[in-house]
Amino acid sequence: METLLEVKDLNVSFRTQAGVVKAVRGVNFKVNKGETLAIVGESGSGKSVTSKAIMQLLPNQTATYDSGEIIFDGQNILEINDKKMEAIRGSEIAMVFQDPMTALNPTMTIGKQVAESILNHNKNVTKKEALQRAVEILELVGIPEPAARVNQYPHQFSGGMRQRVVIAIAIACNPRLLIADEPTTALDVTIQAQILDLLKDIQRKTGTSIILITHDLGVVANMADKVAVMYAGRIVEQGTVEEVFDSAEHPYTWGLLKSIPDLDADEELYSIPGTPPDLLSPPIGDAFAARNEFALAIDYEVQPPMFAVSETHSAATWLLHEKAPKLSTIVQEKESVRAKRKGKKNLTLAQPIIQVRDLKKHFRMSGDSYLKAVDGVTFDIKKGETLGLVGESGCGKSTTGRTILRLYEPTGGEVYFNGKPIHGDLKKSDENTIRQKMQMIFQDPYASLDPRKKVLDSVAEGIDIHKLAASAKDRKDTVQNLLEIVGLNKSFMNRYPHEFSGGQRQRIGIARALALNPEVIIADEPISALDVSIQAQVVNLLKDLQHKQDLTYLFIAHDISMVKYISDRIGVMYLGSLVELAPTDELSKEPLHPYTQALLSAVPTPNPKIERGRERIILSGDLPNPINPPVGCRFRTRCPYAMEKCGETPIWKEAQPNHWVACHLIE
Amino acid sequence: MTNSTLEKYEKTNIEKNEMNNFDHLFKEDSFKVVGAKKDSQDAITRPYVGIFKESWLRLTKNKGAVVSLVVLSILIILALIGPYMNEYTYDETNYEKAFQEPNSEHWFGTDKFGRDQWTRIWEGTRISLYIALLATVLDLVIGVLYGSISALVGGKVDNVMQRIIEVLVGIPNLILIILLIMLLKPGIFTITVAMVITGWVNMARLVRSQVFKLKNQEFILASKALGASNSRLIKEHFIPNTLGLIIVNMMFTIPSAIFTEAFLSFIGLGLQEPLASLGVLINDGFKAMRNNFYLLLYPAGVIVGLMVCFNLLADGLRDALDPKMRK
Amino acid sequence: MKKFLAVRIFNILVTLFVIATVTFFLMKLLPGSPFDEEKLADLSDEARMEFYARYGLDQPVYVQYAKYMGNLVQGDLGISYYYKGQKVESLISGRIGPSALLGVQATILGVSIGLILGMIAAFRHNTAWDFFTMFIAVIGVAIPNFVFAALLQYYVGLKWGILPVAFWESYDSSILPTIALSMMVIALIARFMRNEMLEVLQQDYILTARSKGLSQMKVIIRHTLRNSMIPILTILGPIVVSLLTGSLVIENIFGIPGIGSLFVDSIKVNDYTTIMGLTIFYSTFYILTVLVVDLLYGIVDPRIRIAGSKG
Repeated sequence: METLLEVKDLNVSFRTQAGVVKAVRGVNFKVNKGETLAIVGESGSGKSVTSKAIMQLLPNQTATYDSGEIIFDGQNILEINDKKMEAIRGSEIAMVFQDPMTALNPTMTIGKQVAESILNHNKNVTKKEALQRAVEILELVGIPEPAARVNQYPHQFSGGMRQRVVIAIAIACNPRLLIADEPTTALDVTIQAQILDLLKDIQRKTGTSIILITHDLGVVANMADKVAVMYAGRIVEQGTVEEVFDSAEHPYTWGLLKSIPDLDADEELYSIPGTPPDLLSPPIGDAFAARNEFALAIDYEVQPPMFAVSETHSAATWLLHEKAPKLSTIVQEKESVRAKRKGKKNLTLAQPIIQVRDLKKHFRMSGDSYLKAVDGVTFDIKKGETLGLVGESGCGKSTTGRTILRLYEPTGGEVYFNGKPIHGDLKKSDENTIRQKMQMIFQDPYASLDPRKKVLDSVAEGIDIHKLAASAKDRKDTVQNLLEIVGLNKSFMNRYPHEFSGGQRQRIGIARALALNPEVIIADEPISALDVSIQAQVVNLLKDLQHKQDLTYLFIAHDISMVKYISDRIGVMYLGSLVELAPTDELSKEPLHPYTQALLSAVPTPNPKIERGRERIILSGDLPNPINPPVGCRFRTRCPYAMEKCGETPIWKEAQPNHWVACHLIE
Repeated sequence: MTNSTLEKYEKTNIEKNEMNNFDHLFKEDSFKVVGAKKDSQDAITRPYVGIFKESWLRLTKNKGAVVSLVVLSILIILALIGPYMNEYTYDETNYEKAFQEPNSEHWFGTDKFGRDQWTRIWEGTRISLYIALLATVLDLVIGVLYGSISALVGGKVDNVMQRIIEVLVGIPNLILIILLIMLLKPGIFTITVAMVITGWVNMARLVRSQVFKLKNQEFILASKALGASNSRLIKEHFIPNTLGLIIVNMMFTIPSAIFTEAFLSFIGLGLQEPLASLGVLINDGFKAMRNNFYLLLYPAGVIVGLMVCFNLLADGLRDALDPKMRK
Repeated sequence: MKKFLAVRIFNILVTLFVIATVTFFLMKLLPGSPFDEEKLADLSDEARMEFYARYGLDQPVYVQYAKYMGNLVQGDLGISYYYKGQKVESLISGRIGPSALLGVQATILGVSIGLILGMIAAFRHNTAWDFFTMFIAVIGVAIPNFVFAALLQYYVGLKWGILPVAFWESYDSSILPTIALSMMVIALIARFMRNEMLEVLQQDYILTARSKGLSQMKVIIRHTLRNSMIPILTILGPIVVSLLTGSLVIENIFGIPGIGSLFVDSIKVNDYTTIMGLTIFYSTFYILTVLVVDLLYGIVDPRIRIAGSKG
């Protein structure tokens, strides 16, 4: 196959106030014509910097190319002048960005934004012709009624539609290389399925090569021919998608793959300990060594070179050196570390600890319209279980959690805790009990800690409010103990939140919630802002705590695969109402509601073999506006089985024992 | 599984000589499994710096702010001790010595009544600063209370309070101040009051929007979930997280109050003779500018120094206290 | 949109009503009178009453108030106490010319120089250029405009004799006051433009534009400038205020027969009707400016245009 792009020993660093950050440290890869290379890595791994370097889009005040070559079509991009680069950008190499909400100019019509690219690279095309061509491209990327919509502005489009426009801009001049930088990270999973499908379709039609930058191994398995895994500014392993997924050689790749729940295996989720190194002062030797259970002495001294495993597969680890211990012995060791998943909890006889009855929460919007964020949900949470609540953005799952916790007063309905209603006027003592027994873990580890408080004071806040500490020493000891429980160094007590990584902050938040010995914890998207390897740490910590402290969880998330792993039962929400609720295994094997089926089918699994042969249910269209939802069954506008009867609101019924659903298809 | 023997180095990746260099690096136990290093996994590599110290360090990196701080300190000290540095008082007239150019007797010269200009300038600076500080503190108290009540209570109360502000903002405030001073007759206190009547609005708006922003932050929700009372939320979270903004806004209010006072004096609505403020002195200086330029130059220099320094310092503080600048 | 406009105009009328009322009663509360009390005392009772009647001062306050408001609606601001027999509205219209000329010139000069300085600072961010322009901006805000005007007059007018020192004689007379008046505008605009541009340059859509292969120049003209200039409309209100207040002192310093010096002179001679008239005039002007700014914003920013048409 013909090579289109080759990156050789690329080194990029940034000047920051704190010093020079070596973001990319010797990266090599090739992209052939017509193939898709996925670059996988966590935040700060250098994957985005690499992609922007190819486009020459790094800010030239702060970024420097220390060495290396980027050879595209025979010429070194790092050496050509601006004029030549401008001719390549957009016509030969184009880029799709992560966040469609900000990637389009808000004051320019989308037609002009697409046509601009065409006009820029084709000197003899008139404005009218360019606009006509823009309409065609918008049609190609699936914008309905493109001829009418070219004159609209970005804010008149939904997120998914905007991403289609961004893709339209990128492919307007038939580029030979398309770089997609986390193209679906900001989108809901059913929309992600649409966009990935579109990218594949475009590749099929135009034969373009794609570099896909992502952190999601499921997306990689779905899309890629080849994979490069990046860690701390270097590629640690690369090969075909099968080679990397089936026979990973680098311990980091193992770790990543094992950090993702695999529903079929009854194993404890593996988590890579610790956090990635600070690239202000990269460690000597293998940057991953400090987190690597199987690190060799040499890993701490000498940076490993790339060892070739096959023609296409190579990895940078000393484990591949002839003197290294045999891999098989290590694998055995590795397997022994990973305990079998704890036996299934028997919860059929457990009493409900929280009962939610017809709960409603409406927010008043401007004028007289109401946003019906939660519109009549009914379910129980049993003592000791983990109930997962999933749904796409705007479905009301977070509002449900917050209303249960009394952070919002409900518009209607009631919540009972141990049989007692918790809303309305309560006695002070009852209110205090509820406050202590129910706690919350939040989504954004950056916003959930007061930036002006030391860790000690943040964690001790509940203790202070309920006056649980007898003395200052007592208070300090309790906090120390809590930090140990969540796996943090007790010396961190006197530091401020901004000094910690996202995962560490999330642990601090968990410690704060645990301080009052709660019985129920509502975890509101606790892992969605974290990197894959850190997600596994936090989920394992939560599971471990549940086991040790007899906790009940309401686990709210949009990532259904992690929810499947941690939950005993799962509830699925769509536009303010619950559409299905069932034990995890039953829900994933036999989903009854068409929305659940589509949601499960939309999630890509990190297994290329499964992904290759998979038929997806791809929902058409966008989520309706929750201020003005469809009458009757709210899903009917996107439902493949919609019928006349769906104009009536379906009843919430127990279709099978313990399996609730609201759908007219189920009688 | 692939076997672990070293098949080949990938040639493109490593230079030949570098490759050969590896062998001598290997020691006997180089290939022993030593495992992860727990202590360096989670280590915070950057040194520990307290939150105030960090802001201070950032402020001192800003050259303009540092110079301003020094100049301001000198001006304030002079305003305090300047009038006592010679034997004259600010209202002591001596017609024989009118309009003297700066000399060793009268360091800044004398005015039309032969009063010592040095003494008058520092006396005036003191009065101007006093008025500005008083107005700023009053603005602060009223603005913070109004803004935080509006935001914390919310709903209809907020609505009404916002309407009131809208009407006040609809009037060019200098005009209103002028009318008030005509009513109250100029004096240190009346000038201050007139400035405060419209001056607090800005602070109130800032505080309100900041509190609204904080109200929906997750750490506030977390605190509520733990059972925090409103007074605790205010004391522990709202105030500390609004303080930076308040300080910065105060630093911008002081120079604008100095300006307003001087402006009023300049159009004849300021303090009455023999009292002096910087505005009064500039007004006198302007009238005598043609022949005795020094009478304008020195008070003008002091006021410009004060205004520029306060503005630069406020700029520096804003950057230093901005949480976004932290990493 | 119509509803929005109706609500806004209603609010404006309420505000103006409040201002007129407050001003009226403030003036009634004021001690002293515009007339020479001693001379009035010499007059016979009848003659004095007749004198008061000429200004409607013989009637109870509420009648005076009703009359004043009634006249106000018809655009009648009353008779000046000081400029005998002159109507306030004709006083204002007679003197608005020089003020308007200065205001327009200062706005044009201030906005154009401010924009250019702001752009330079943004493009040469963190360089000496940036530092220099921002220093000018700080100075512009920090130096009181009357001090600056006085210094200009002294050096350019008196010492170097390049331009007329004062008075309204030829076009040249307008140059120094225009410069003095525009300084604040330059400072405000330069600072705002710089910050807006730095903000816009960091936006993702600028990356999108660059990734299309547009040249640096095209990215700036098509994507950066428009988006950073739209928010500048929001500071037009404060700019108008700075021009209004600036005109009070600067017209005085340069002896210009505009409404600013009329206002200050009226204060000095307690000409209450003129003060009231000018207060209402200034307020109306300011409020209308704010309204025009809001309407313009709706036109140039499509996000608001659409939201507005729905509501």
